[in-house]
Amino acid sequence: MKMAAQVINVHKDYVLKGGIVVRALRGVSIDFPEGDFVAIMGTSGSGKSTLLNLLGCLDRATQGQYILGGQDVSRLGDDELSEIRSRYLGFIFQSYNLIAQLTVVENIELPLYYQGQISRDAKERCIQMAQMVGLADRLDHRPYQLSGGQQQRVAIARALVNDPHVILADEPTGNLDSATGEEIMQMLEALNAAGKTIIMVTHEPDIAARAHRTLRMKDGLLDSHVPTGALH
Amino acid sequence: MSPKFWQTLRLGLKSLLLHKLRSGLAILGIFIGVTAVIWLVGMGEGVSYQAQQQIKELGANNIIVRSMKPPSDATRGGGFVMAYGLMRDDYDRMVSNIPTLLQAVPMREIRKEARFLDKVTDVRVVGCTSKYQEINNIKLSRGRFLSDKDFEQADNVAVIGDSTARMLFPYENPVGRFIQIDKEFYSIVGQTEDKTPSGGIGGSLAAQNFNLDVYIPLSTLRWRIGDLVVTSRSGSREAEQVQLSQITVTVRDLAEVDETADIIKTLLEKFHPTVDYSVTVPKELLQQAQVLQMMFNLLLVLIAGIALLVGGIGIMNIMLATVTERTREIGIRRALGAKQRDIVAQFLSETIVLSATGGLLGVFFGFLCHPAIVGTRAVMKRLFPEIIASLPPNIQQLEPRLAPWSIIAAFLISVGVGVIFGLYPAQRAAKMDPIEALRHE
Repeated sequence: MKMAAQVINVHKDYVLKGGIVVRALRGVSIDFPEGDFVAIMGTSGSGKSTLLNLLGCLDRATQGQYILGGQDVSRLGDDELSEIRSRYLGFIFQSYNLIAQLTVVENIELPLYYQGQISRDAKERCIQMAQMVGLADRLDHRPYQLSGGQQQRVAIARALVNDPHVILADEPTGNLDSATGEEIMQMLEALNAAGKTIIMVTHEPDIAARAHRTLRMKDGLLDSHVPTGALH
Repeated sequence: MSPKFWQTLRLGLKSLLLHKLRSGLAILGIFIGVTAVIWLVGMGEGVSYQAQQQIKELGANNIIVRSMKPPSDATRGGGFVMAYGLMRDDYDRMVSNIPTLLQAVPMREIRKEARFLDKVTDVRVVGCTSKYQEINNIKLSRGRFLSDKDFEQADNVAVIGDSTARMLFPYENPVGRFIQIDKEFYSIVGQTEDKTPSGGIGGSLAAQNFNLDVYIPLSTLRWRIGDLVVTSRSGSREAEQVQLSQITVTVRDLAEVDETADIIKTLLEKFHPTVDYSVTVPKELLQQAQVLQMMFNLLLVLIAGIALLVGGIGIMNIMLATVTERTREIGIRRALGAKQRDIVAQFLSETIVLSATGGLLGVFFGFLCHPAIVGTRAVMKRLFPEIIASLPPNIQQLEPRLAPWSIIAAFLISVGVGVIFGLYPAQRAAKMDPIEALRHE
């Protein structure tokens, strides 16, 4: 099976002021096949955020390998990691993280902008994305003019616009009421059904249950590996 | 320019418009700085241009030797007559002894009253030769200037200044009329054009108003008025005996000016034990004025530089606040693939837009310098005529001259200030850890 992402024996140490070393990840290995939909759960301090940061190429492992789309990215420099993020990764955050002064279309455009794609085609693609998440009539709205659910849909459109290998979702429904959360989850499921690989961090069991499988983190290690649905 | 450049610029402008007051205040410092540079340099140029014009009018090839009242009563002659200054012999010695001399123009001036019918006015009677017109650049509005023949025959003819003519002949053409000075009548042969009075220059030359002159042949002045001038003052009498007030020596070549001036000084020293003359070299004055102007400009640039520096610090302050406030935005952008240099470009473009806007505004207001000064003066003249009249002519007639270099320099410096003071906040933004930045509330 072709792998979308693969972490192999990854360690991450943080050195605090005063020389105390915090071992956030202590040898984690996970395979993410293409089309996977994984939920990562764990208490705070379990290392799930650290893992997500590593998967998102926002941080580098102290030790171990991270292979994204067949490319070892664990030793790349800051500029190259930025490039990887803009080309191969899509982010969905708990608090949407849209840029306040930009319109819906401009927010969706950002990953393409940082790839250097500034053209009519790029703009066209952003408008398509907005249509796909049902915001075709909100193109020139600012984030503050949108509801939470709408904002999260903009974020999803933004995560998809660069056609990423992996979508990373950090508590995507955490700030939403259950009805809107359901809407977002359906959207993620639909994306997964269309072949997108989704890695989602959550601490809500019923949200995690929507994924194919759930990984539990504890003390910087993978605690268990619970399949929650049929693996394709 | 790449589309990314324009996009960056556009987005920078957009974020700035989000905080209009803050951006406006940041611009203000640079704007004032740039306006200050242009105005100050403009006024400085205006003042020194005036001075240089006056000096140039004296002629760079000229050396001006003037009689000067000695400080004590160490004068020639005895009794109550004070005799001093240049003598006709000095003139002859100059003409025969100075090889580089092209011409020497002698002149004698006396303050007198001139009359026509019932009108009287104070004038400066200038006894001179026909050459005097050329070296002082006197233009005539009517008639002719004094000729060599007038001088040879010592005729009673006169050319009157513009103001003199207005005083004595308000309603008629003065040419052909006779004015009376002391007991003598002089036939008017010409009238000069209005000539702007010159301000004094650095103490070595007094202010001159040519409009109140009456020119008569030097020979006529000698025979009709004489060297001796007696002035009666409440109970006492003073008498001055001066043969020549001024000799203007012209040399052929600019390079010979200094050498000739030395010869003149040596010549005069021999026959004048007390220093009752002054030698003025316009060329030296011109050089002094130019050096002075350079120093003045340097000083102005320094002051303006400080203003711009303060403006730059203001911008840096605001950008640092902006960076802190937008930490989260920086985190988002980094997560979405912005490289460090993209973040630098973003914030730097904002500072450059700020400072360049300030610079452009400053240039615009810089161009308003001339109308503003002229307008203010006109208003002041109407409201407080005495105050304006009491100002020295240099200031009364000050015309600011915009120096193109100052406009270009001020604008470039303002943009430079933007780059220099924007770089640190931008670097700080770019160096943020994206994870920390994303977590920032």
